[in-house]
Amino acid sequence: MHKAVASQTDWSALREDFPILRQEVRGYPLIYFDSAASSQKPRAVLEALRNFYEHDNANVHRGLHTLSGRATEAYEHARQRVAEYIGAGNPDEIIFTRGTTESINLVAQAWGGKFIREGDVILLTGMEHHSNLVPWQLLAERQGVRLRFLPVRDDGTLDVDQLSSFLTPEVKLFAFTHISNSLGTINPVAELCAKARAIGALTLIDAAQSAGHMPLDVQEMGCDFLGFSGHKMCAPTGIGVLYGRAELLDSIPPWHGGGEMIVSVALEKSTFKKPPHRFEAGTPNIAGAIGLAAAIDYIEGIGRAAIFEHDSQLAHYAADRLSELPGTRVFGPKQERGALVGFVMDAAHPHDLTTFADQYGLAMRGGHHCNQPLMRRFGVSGTTRASFYFYNTMEEIDRMMEILHYAVRFFS
Amino acid sequence: MTPEIEELYQEVILDHSRRPRNFGELPDAAVLVHGDNPACGDEIHLAVKFNADGGLEDIKFNGRGCAISQASASLMTMKLKGKSRAEVMEMLRAFHDLVTADASEAPKTLGDLRVMQGVRKFPQRVKCAMLAWRAVQQAFEQGSGEATVSTEPA
Repeated sequence: MHKAVASQTDWSALREDFPILRQEVRGYPLIYFDSAASSQKPRAVLEALRNFYEHDNANVHRGLHTLSGRATEAYEHARQRVAEYIGAGNPDEIIFTRGTTESINLVAQAWGGKFIREGDVILLTGMEHHSNLVPWQLLAERQGVRLRFLPVRDDGTLDVDQLSSFLTPEVKLFAFTHISNSLGTINPVAELCAKARAIGALTLIDAAQSAGHMPLDVQEMGCDFLGFSGHKMCAPTGIGVLYGRAELLDSIPPWHGGGEMIVSVALEKSTFKKPPHRFEAGTPNIAGAIGLAAAIDYIEGIGRAAIFEHDSQLAHYAADRLSELPGTRVFGPKQERGALVGFVMDAAHPHDLTTFADQYGLAMRGGHHCNQPLMRRFGVSGTTRASFYFYNTMEEIDRMMEILHYAVRFFS
Repeated sequence: MTPEIEELYQEVILDHSRRPRNFGELPDAAVLVHGDNPACGDEIHLAVKFNADGGLEDIKFNGRGCAISQASASLMTMKLKGKSRAEVMEMLRAFHDLVTADASEAPKTLGDLRVMQGVRKFPQRVKCAMLAWRAVQQAFEQGSGEATVSTEPA
């Protein structure tokens, strides 16, 4: 059924919605293969931002005037759209943050600060982005928590066979990525959540690489927390989401203090609003939230199942073509793969390769991708990553292969 | 192929990156400096031996990294062997200018190192070119023993 959906979409026509893609870089048509770092923005999102600033801009939740009313309505409507988008039962379970990193830090500091005791264990995996590693290291330093890591197999998948032995009673939270940002591995999140829940541990999913690329339903996945970033899914930078189950959020104390999150303030003590506003101190990124809602509308207009199908085809095609290139090692699983492929070539270091590719208008990322422990696990200091979105095409991958062939000739 | 990339990766640079000179261990080194570039994971291990006057008697390096960092280290070791401390520090300043400043004419004293001038058109690659030089600077400051140096000051 997904195939039928995918074939109905005119993917090339969608490129017209992205003004930035119609440019030349160093005399060549831009090929943007860095959407895992940050996606491009369709005109619909840019117009939503412009429309807000030209017509409705005001602060939320406080002014009694018309504009403040409109801004508040648009901001809370965005929260509702996010809730629907990820299958949350209630918009109060949606906290706006700056991005995935802030979402995870909020859980580590506010939830961790109250509920974590010395000797408790936070279970992570060997493929976490630094944003789902460093906040827990900071918590460990402050509160004597131990970190444990579910290993990654040679094929780039998590060693789920070992999960039961890692899930001991001291584990209070299991935090893991949905899709690895450097391997492309799609983790079996529902299974991971179910196993953690069975021993009474909470779960947090880092959905930074999945939220804009595939259907997500927090209730089907069975997670307690989930974080993602707007800018990787067609929305502006500086807006992100933390989903938390309602009764959990109710039990968590405030994180940042300030305006917007209080019920009443006296000089010595304040009382705080209920979630989600308890966790949104200060003037929020109103335009960002509105831009995120526009991005959600845009993505839903295409359909996430169709996007997933299209992106997977690109990623598999790229992985297959790269595997044929002599002296090239492709990372990540062969079967299911998210919208990216990481690789190294004997002929050239990732930084030389990405500098070289840029001369032909091809934007890729070279380096450790905020995955240093994972890079060490695979015995490399970094990789080159080509990452895709629905506006990319097979022809662009063919062109990438041509450029990589030039690079082999140049550097060998 | 753009002229910028041909200037960045001149044949001399590609040659040094493929076959780095003074690459290996220096068993009786006075200082061992571990340099790393956390932005990309590149690393260099620089071993230095001083002469009686405090000049650079011998220098070797190993490690792994991009063509720019490897070639820069290789060219640097060839250039600095036998130089006094003052000459090394002067060369360090001149080289930093070469890869960062807009100065028109590169100083003749830099000799072969002038092939690295193309780096200035690629600001993201300056750290690659400077890694070995940061390490040698640290070696002189340290004088003996082991040290680490990073392109990202902590």
